[in-house]
Amino acid sequence: MALSEQEILAGLGEIVDEIAGVPADEVTPEKSFVDDLDIDSLSMVEIAVAAQDKFGVEIPDDQLKDLKTVQDVINYVHKNAS
Amino acid sequence: MGTNDRSVVVTGMGATTPLGGDVASTWSAMLAGRSGVKALTEDWAKDLPARIAGVAAVDPAEIVGRVQARRMDRCEQFAVVAAREAWADAGAPEVDPERLGVSVTSGIGGIGSTLAAYDVLKEKGWQRINPFTVPMLMPNGSAGLISIELGAQAGAHAPVSACASGAEAVGYAIDMIKSGRADVVVAGGTEAAIMALNLGAFAVMRALSLRNDEPERASRPWDKGRDGFVLGEGAGMMVLESAEHAAARGANVYAIAAGAGYSSDGHHIAHPHPEGAGVRLAMQRALANAGVSADQIAHVNAHATSTPEGDVLEAQAIRSALGEDAERVIVSSTKSMTGHLLGGAGAVESVAAIMALKDRVAPPTINLEVPDDGVEVTVSSEPRPLNAGGREPMAVLNNAFGFGGHNVSVVFVAP
Repeated sequence: MALSEQEILAGLGEIVDEIAGVPADEVTPEKSFVDDLDIDSLSMVEIAVAAQDKFGVEIPDDQLKDLKTVQDVINYVHKNAS
Repeated sequence: MGTNDRSVVVTGMGATTPLGGDVASTWSAMLAGRSGVKALTEDWAKDLPARIAGVAAVDPAEIVGRVQARRMDRCEQFAVVAAREAWADAGAPEVDPERLGVSVTSGIGGIGSTLAAYDVLKEKGWQRINPFTVPMLMPNGSAGLISIELGAQAGAHAPVSACASGAEAVGYAIDMIKSGRADVVVAGGTEAAIMALNLGAFAVMRALSLRNDEPERASRPWDKGRDGFVLGEGAGMMVLESAEHAAARGANVYAIAAGAGYSSDGHHIAHPHPEGAGVRLAMQRALANAGVSADQIAHVNAHATSTPEGDVLEAQAIRSALGEDAERVIVSSTKSMTGHLLGGAGAVESVAAIMALKDRVAPPTINLEVPDDGVEVTVSSEPRPLNAGGREPMAVLNNAFGFGGHNVSVVFVAP
């Protein structure tokens, strides 16, 4: 069963809160991980691994570098989740 | 002894130890002769021969916060907690970032993070390793983190010499200021190694006390019944500052960090030199470097770890380095209360030595019931007022020695 965008957003908010300490309600679709949420590249790796586990998607490194905003991740998960 | 422009003074101190989460609680517990050693009741310890340790009184993860704690090894958390205390105690000095340095180290580094990452590697694969693992395991991680927190740009250093590391970091910091590279340096040492691998590895060297039934009585430097050291954890930190910089801002000065002396035994990787030659040299060089004479020394915070071999050799080396003046000197081992903090030891014990100088009282060596033969210095199971019979200004020594044959001695003088 495919996850809705709302469900992906909520799940992503939990991950970002846990790993980077950014409150989940600040994790909104238009935000950039680096510029708006102040998340560095090492934490981004951790977030990507947690997202892979949570949503059951593979995020190869060459895809990860293009996931700049929260919406980018939502779109990627929505499209690739099994 | 007066101060000149490149004299170095101590203007702030911090500590988190098995006795307390700050300098005040640690020092008052030392004067009260309290032990911070406890039984390890966790499952992972049950098959070890040594199941006691000086566990930190305050969990550093709760202070640094959940997210920061995920990215910092426990030894780095201790270092940052103690550095923040020292920095606040110094009055958070305003200093040109290019003139602010860090000299903070660990004997082992982030061994807990190394072990945890290896478990993940074996069980889940490399992709699941915490991406902060490398900065968590490197022994210079604490120096880097503190330099980032303070924006220090004069240089961040982490001299490693096993259990002498913390004292060596203090000595290096003194040199950074004396040589003109920095005006203010945060210096100290940290360790967080209470885990099965380390307890097993020290136990297999026959270095640990096996007095599991009496944890608080296990660390007993110079006592005839001593049977090894007790592992402890925590950090000690100080803010060192050029006398000129401290005077310009009207800072409180605890002591003059007058100098340090170093030697290497060149003898054996784990056994001390049988005549304590290296230890004596380090103390003599420290006095010479500090411009202090033996008749000024009132107290030595000794390395004495409660091992059968090292304690007596150090006592004899103190006697030999200070000569007749050794008779006035009260020698203490605060490891009797904290256990052995490895890379944190020299820093915590330098803090204790400075407090002893400030309050004019030597902390006790607890569990000292029957002093061993050959301990030809004054040791005491009670706190003792420092003998004012020596030449002023009064001075104290802190010794720290490490596997590898590293010997460091640091001298602090009353301001």
